[in-house]
Amino acid sequence: MRAETHAELRGATRVFPPREGQGEVHALGPVDLALERGEFFSVVGPSGCGKSTLLELLAGLQQPTAGTVAFEGRPVGNEPPDGIGVVFQEDASFPWLTVWDNVAFGLRRAGVDAAETERRVRDALAFMGLLDFSRAHPAQLSGGMRQRVCIARTLVLQPRLILLDEPFGALDQQTRLLMGDELLRLWRETGATVLLITHALDEAAMLSDRVGVMSARPGRFIDVLATGWARSRDSRIVSRPEFGAVTGRLWDLLREESIKALGGR
Amino acid sequence: MTRRWVDYLLLAAGFLALWQILFLLAGEHALASPAATLRRAGELLASGAFWKHAAETGTAFGLACLVALSSGLALGIWLGFRRLAGEVADPILGSLYSIPKITLYPLILLLFGLGLSAKVAFGAIHGIFPVAIFTMNGIRQVPPVHLKTARVLRLSAWQTAKSVLMPSAAAEIAAGLRVGFSVTLLGTLIGELFASTSGIGYSLVRAMDTHQVVEIMALTFLLFAFAALANSALLALERRVR
Repeated sequence: MRAETHAELRGATRVFPPREGQGEVHALGPVDLALERGEFFSVVGPSGCGKSTLLELLAGLQQPTAGTVAFEGRPVGNEPPDGIGVVFQEDASFPWLTVWDNVAFGLRRAGVDAAETERRVRDALAFMGLLDFSRAHPAQLSGGMRQRVCIARTLVLQPRLILLDEPFGALDQQTRLLMGDELLRLWRETGATVLLITHALDEAAMLSDRVGVMSARPGRFIDVLATGWARSRDSRIVSRPEFGAVTGRLWDLLREESIKALGGR
Repeated sequence: MTRRWVDYLLLAAGFLALWQILFLLAGEHALASPAATLRRAGELLASGAFWKHAAETGTAFGLACLVALSSGLALGIWLGFRRLAGEVADPILGSLYSIPKITLYPLILLLFGLGLSAKVAFGAIHGIFPVAIFTMNGIRQVPPVHLKTARVLRLSAWQTAKSVLMPSAAAEIAAGLRVGFSVTLLGTLIGELFASTSGIGYSLVRAMDTHQVVEIMALTFLLFAFAALANSALLALERRVR
């Protein structure tokens, strides 16, 4: 089966214009990346290498200074295209709405009818294990639960490409492993393409079909690693020797770049 | 709920007791007794003259509120979005808020002349700054990730304003309206104390000039009761949106 390109960056570069106290900042690129339909792709790189910028280019939240961004064969313009869902690192749940209303939010704005909204919200809440909390407000939930609310809110819109920007960055290690399992389950059952930005090498190694390793700023891909995991994988692979090998290989690639990022050059 | 009412009653009883003690210490030339004050307040509420003055003050206050709250909101929303303009305006608004507005009163009188419009203007310049400052801060404090979420969910500008910005800033804005309401009342009454020929503030000054202690106390008591009631109603509203 020939892989079909789902989303693509070509020579994408992002330069931030000069601001007071500093010159222009070359944040990213040029970057070439072709996401295959249905794959789980992770991006790792030293801090400040432009990982989040790359995600925002794909989401249509930022415009490339040079190069092109395309989703399903169409250029991504000023506005986030239909069919892309984004989960951010920060808690993006709306504190004034209940869990149910948070998840239904996007559907109501999009004008989906009441019965369909109800059905989809119920499914998404059940999928994320949140049904018992549908009347709670985010302030009553833990950080992990709130992040699940945000994932459910993205899920109900049935995105074909899901972009996640360090979604588990604020969670403890055990919760992160379990959230990783849920993410894998979601990816398998929805058939969506997933792009995950992370700083955790083990997370990338465990979840992904392919891992893109980025250089220090301005970020470029220095290598793309295929993990070779089966589609049915889960967090138990962390005890397998191949997992250690993949994580080790990622660190070999990243070590020097991370030192560069730390040293500030 | 009953617990809260008990607290309120205890507070009121303590207040009256303290008042009575002060009255006994200070004498009737300085202070009226609670009983005399309440009796006079009752008489005032039953008299036509009082309501004529109250209507005068009410009109001035209502108009001042309308001007202060609407222009304060508009200014605050605009400055909240224009980050740079907001940063420039922030210290200016802060100092305008804190200077004693009474220093501007001669200017207001020259601009508006004696009468209703001067009172409205003087009340409004009290209320406009706190409303603008609170609203501006409310909008600035909307987390950027909420605005990004609105974009990703493909909301229109109007939908973003209505279903993300406003609810997010609602508590701050409600607090601003409450503070704005109180200081507008303050401003309107101060405006009436000087260079005015009608209204509660005017009645108060006339009572002072003729040393009618009971009258002064009764008017003050009625004003206090109105302000306290209005404030707790607005506080309840603020709690609801929080």
